[in-house]
Formats: sequence, structure tokens, C-alpha cells
Amino acid sequence: MATPAPTLAAPNAADRAATDMAAIVKDAALFALVTFGLCVPIVAFRTDLSQTSALDLVPRWGLVAILCGLVFVGRLAQRMILANRDARRALTPSPTQATEAVDATPNASQKLSSYALPAFLGVTLAFPLLAVLGTGGLGESRYWIDLGILILTYVMLGWGLNIVVGLAGLLDLGYVAFYAVGAYSYALLSTVFGLSFWICLPLAGLFAGLWGMVLGFPVLRLRGDYLAIVTLAFGEIIRLVLINWTDFSGGAAGISSIPRATFFGVPFTADEDGFAAKFGLDFSPMHRVIFLYYLILVLALITNGVTLRLRRLPIGRAWEALREDEIACRSLGINTTNTKLTAFALGAMFGGFAGSFFAVRQGFVSPESFNFLESAIILAIVVLGGMGSQIGVAVAAVAMVGGPEMLRNLGFLKAVFGDGFDPNEYRLLLFGLAMVIMMIWRPRGLISERAPSIVLKERKRISGSLVKEGHG
Amino acid sequence: MSSSFASPRMADPVLTVDHVTMRFGGLVAVNDLSFRVGRGDITALIGPNGAGKTTVFNCITGFYKPTEGMMTLRHRDGAEFLLEQLPGYAVNRNARVARTFQNIRLFTGMTVLENLLVAQHNPLMLASGFTIAGLLGLPAYRRAEKAAVERAKDWLERIHLMHRADDPAGALPYGDQRRLEIARAMCTDPVLLCLDEPAAGLNPRESLLLNDLLRAIRDDHDTSVLLIEHDMSVVMEISDHVVVLDYGTKIADGTPTEIQSDQSVIAAYLGVEDDEVEQVEAEVGV
Repeated sequence: MATPAPTLAAPNAADRAATDMAAIVKDAALFALVTFGLCVPIVAFRTDLSQTSALDLVPRWGLVAILCGLVFVGRLAQRMILANRDARRALTPSPTQATEAVDATPNASQKLSSYALPAFLGVTLAFPLLAVLGTGGLGESRYWIDLGILILTYVMLGWGLNIVVGLAGLLDLGYVAFYAVGAYSYALLSTVFGLSFWICLPLAGLFAGLWGMVLGFPVLRLRGDYLAIVTLAFGEIIRLVLINWTDFSGGAAGISSIPRATFFGVPFTADEDGFAAKFGLDFSPMHRVIFLYYLILVLALITNGVTLRLRRLPIGRAWEALREDEIACRSLGINTTNTKLTAFALGAMFGGFAGSFFAVRQGFVSPESFNFLESAIILAIVVLGGMGSQIGVAVAAVAMVGGPEMLRNLGFLKAVFGDGFDPNEYRLLLFGLAMVIMMIWRPRGLISERAPSIVLKERKRISGSLVKEGHG
Repeated sequence: MSSSFASPRMADPVLTVDHVTMRFGGLVAVNDLSFRVGRGDITALIGPNGAGKTTVFNCITGFYKPTEGMMTLRHRDGAEFLLEQLPGYAVNRNARVARTFQNIRLFTGMTVLENLLVAQHNPLMLASGFTIAGLLGLPAYRRAEKAAVERAKDWLERIHLMHRADDPAGALPYGDQRRLEIARAMCTDPVLLCLDEPAAGLNPRESLLLNDLLRAIRDDHDTSVLLIEHDMSVVMEISDHVVVLDYGTKIADGTPTEIQSDQSVIAAYLGVEDDEVEQVEAEVGV
């Protein structure tokens, strides 16, 4: 048989596209096959009670076929989109690979982001008004304003933890401990000594900062996984002490009837000394809630302002340098021990502020509120937002805390899956799925680029691929 | 020592290493090493692979504590520091010894300018009143920061990287990264600059630029240079004094010309003829 002589010429584009297409179809088929293998034990049979109360196997091959088909189509689409993107990228070099300056005019999304920040702030400031107008009454807007307070609390916690994890690169899995120290500081100081919120707030921050140092000292020698484990243990220790030291903290029952926040000394009550009477308004419990909203907004903005300022100071640069390379820091005369301690203490301090706000808002604290899940959520906010990015953390907090709430409104899915479908049961499942997809799409967080802390001529954003994540 | 005063400047050494031994378990990496680094000299530390050069560096710069021995650093004003007793960061902060690394350790995700500012951390930290004055934005700190940026710009001019000041350090080509690391070390205002293989991986043109930079550092600043180098063209060209190590022991110490003709150095690098081995064995009495 005469075989055609092999040609040295490169295969033309049509040939290559055809082979690519074949490979893609083959790959998608493989995925469908794996799905089939997984489906056989899990989905293919359902056990039902028969009339004689014996177990019957009900085969569901139709469902298996649908699932395999979905995976096949999904994978096909994904590969095609990726192939398209790669082809496009091959034509335009990435600016980070270039040794000479490439065209650095901001693209559409960068232009957008310069408007996004004021817009974001404006919406946050006007949020209670929008909520009242949107729901048609002060009382009816309570759900939304409460949600706003919850989100802002996590924004503040995220910004506080961002100092430790995002800037200094120290993985802290026990951040909620400082939140607890702040909350219990306010709860105890106000119930035992009768101190007002405005005196307790700085004290709570101070105590939490001190505990940050207490934790900081033993963990300074540790790096990476070991650091994470010790901070995790510290978070649990604080919680267990609060549960078991009943004389001090009230044990698992917690501390109740914590004094409410006052408007700089004017209580939010219905009597004539109250806020409503003083300002000539009709009394509404919502005044207090709206006040709390602006209180946490101010606290969060202070956290942000201080962090942004610190980033431009030598201490902030030392934190980031520590995240990049600890050995180089030491060779440049930076006392790495003190630098890590300040990061821990400052991060803890903001956690303490947020904790005392939590206590004044709830009027009740118990160890239940400070479990590991809270630490995990705060850390997830920082990681999802993009480590070190303030705006990214804020957006991530909205998504992480607001997202599950928004998914409560999935009533329309009943139209698809029938009346027996309860969307609330699938809320967290959908949310988890969204997180997984998010991390595939942006593995280094929503905003992975780093903004330089000082600029000589031209502000250029630093690609996330060059920025290190720190290892303790 | 055949030639302990290879240069007149050796009479006033900036660094005196006395009987330093470094053991890792049973391995003796440096064995009873003594040498001096003259003030204002460029001293080269050479030797075959595994001779213990980087270990000596790590001892001097505070990354290792030597098992035995003493390293004394003297400032021009007479202040003395025993380097083996200082905590790691104080070797740079107090004794003012700066170093670079064999595998470049820049802060890759920070800009070139930021790298040079991190190097000026300690004076800036003082000027910012340990962050408090800086947080309040007091003018004293702003002036200090401006001066620090001017100093950084000065060094950027000298290493020809002014146009890349706002680029991340990790995006620079290799040769530029090497020069930036030297500039970063110099921003800490050292009296002794330790360079671990500064010419490794440089092309001949970059190598010449490096020689000029090192000479300028020696002549324009009150900084002595100690360098490890394999590239003999660099060593012989710029160094005033050469110390040769082999298997952790010093085998020669002198000017470049003396070293070039030293039989034990040639033997360490190139090996010896078989009959010479017998002759040496007879001399030593094996």
C-alpha cells in the first residue's frame, strides 16, 4: 500500500481545528463515561418500599442518561470556550511577560472600577433610605437593614483579618477568638461595671489586641500548616474556656440583658428622655437599628481607612515584604518577630471592635456564636475577595453573607421542579456550587492584582501571579 | 599567614573572622577559619563547589550561629559588634552588614521602588514614630519618606533602572534583578556588603556593568565588599584581596596575583600530577 510521504510543512489551520475538535469530543465522551460510572451506584437505582414492605429497586436509567448528556454537553462547551480563549491569547502577549512597556491604557473593566468605588460607597450610605423606600415603611425595612448590618459586620471582620492573612501572609484560622474577646469584653464590662458602650468599645479593641499578642508570641516560630493549626486551636480554646468557666462568662447560657447602644448618651426609648422625643420624632424601634447600621458602617470605614493608610507606611510595607520573603526581610534588618506581632495585634484589635459591636447589637452573647465556622467564613471572605484587596473583601462579604439570604427567594424554581420542591433545602448546595465555580474561574480571588503602595510616575497594577501568598 | 597584610588597608580591618568553625552534626563545613576584610577593600572569597563559602556568609550575616569562633565588625567610629552574638536582624540594623543571595530574593510582587523602600525600613520606622506619627500624617514623616524616595531614585539611576521603577521586581530580567538586589542591600547603608555570587548568570556585558558598580560602591561609599564568586575574570579584575577555601579550610590568602601563582590553589582547582601527590605525601609524612 502506498503511504503518502510525510510532509514537513505545518498542518494547515483547518486540519488542526479538525484534530482539536476530535480531541474535544473524545474528552467530553470520557467525562460522560466517568459520570456514568459514578451514576451507576448512586443514581441508577432507587430503593422503594413495596406493598409487602420489602425493598424494591426502581431503575432510573432515564435520569442517568440525562445526567451523562448534561455532563457531555457541558464539557464540550467548556472546552470549546477555552480553546477559543487560548487561540485569542496566543495572538496577544500578556503584559506581565513583556520586558518592555506594552500599551497600558486602562481597559473597560478598569475604567469601570474607578466609578465602582464611589457608587459602592453611595449605595452603602443610602442603603437604609433605599430599604425604607423599597419596602414602603420603616418597620417593613427591618429585614433588609438587619441584613445590611450583618453584611457590614463581616466586611469589617474581613478587613481586620485581611491585615493578618492578606498583608502579612500569616494564615489565621482562629480569628473568631478575637471577635469573642471583644464581645465578652463589652458584655462583662457593661453588665458588671456598668460602663457605657463608648468607653467599652476602645477597651474591647485593646483587650482583643492584647490577646492577639498573647497568641502571637508562641506562634511566631511556626510557619504554614503549623501556624494554621495553632491558631485553630487557640480559637477553640477561647470558646471552650467561655463554655466551661461558668463563674466568669456564664457558661453555655452566655450573658444576657447587655445594655443597648445609646445615641451618644441618649437612649433609644419611648419615654421623654429618649431619642425620638429629643429629636421630635415618632418613636420607632427602627431608630436604633438604623443607628446601629451607621455605627458599623463607620467602624468598618475606620478599619478600611487605617488599613489603607498603614499599607503606605513602613510597617505596612514590611508586612507585605514579610509575605513575599521572610529571609530577605531579615537580611534587611527588619525585626520579623515584632512585625508579625503588630500584624496579629492590629488584626485582633479590629476583630475586638467588631465583637463589641456584635454584643451591643444582639444584647446577648454566648459561646455558640463564636465557633470555627465563623472563622472559616471570615477566612473564606478574605480568600474569595483576593488576599490583600480591600474592595475585593467587601464584595466577597456581600456575596458570602448576602448570597445565601438572596437564595431564599428561589420560589420560581417551584415552577420548574413542581410544587413538592422546597428551594430552601437547596440553598446552601447552590451556594457551595457557586463558590466552587468562583474558585475555578478566579483561583486567586475576585481581585488578585496588587496595587503598589507608592508610585513614582505611573500607577501599574501588579499581576497576581507575581504576588506571593505568604507561608507563615 | 604568608601575607596577612596584602593591602595597607588590612591594618584597619572592618571585619575580623577568628577561628570560626561550623559543624552540621558530623559534617565540618567550615574548619578553624580566620581572615580579615580590610576597610575599603573588595575581598573575594573563592573556592571549589562545597568549599563552605556560603556557610561562611551565613555565619557572618547572622543566618547561622557558628559552632566556635568569633567575628568582630568594627565601624570607623570605633564601635565593635560581635556578629555571632547578635540576633539575625540586628546584624543588618545595628552592625550594618548587608547581603545578597545566591538565588535572588527580591520581593517579586512589590515594585522596584517599593523594594528599595523596604530596605530603608528602620530609619523610616523611626521617622514615622513607630507608625503613630505616620498614621497622623505629621510633616516630619512625610519629609523622611521623600528623602527615602530620593535615595531610592539615586540608586535607580546608578543601576539604570529608573524607567522600571513602577514595575514589579519579579517582572525584571535576570541581570536587572541582580543589580536591584545589590542596590536594595546598599539602601540599608551598610559598612560591609556581602555578595553571594553576584555575577552568576550574567552575560559578559552585564558582568562589566557589575564590575563598575562594585568599584563605584567601594570608592564612593564607606562600604567594604566581601564577595563569593566563581567567575575568575570578575575576581581577578576587581578584588584587592582574595581568600581561598577548600573543604572548609583556608588554603591561601593574598592579592589576586599571589593567588594566581599559588600552588595549593592551583591544586585545589585543577588537581595535581600523580608524582606530586607522592612528593606531598612524603613531605606530610603519610
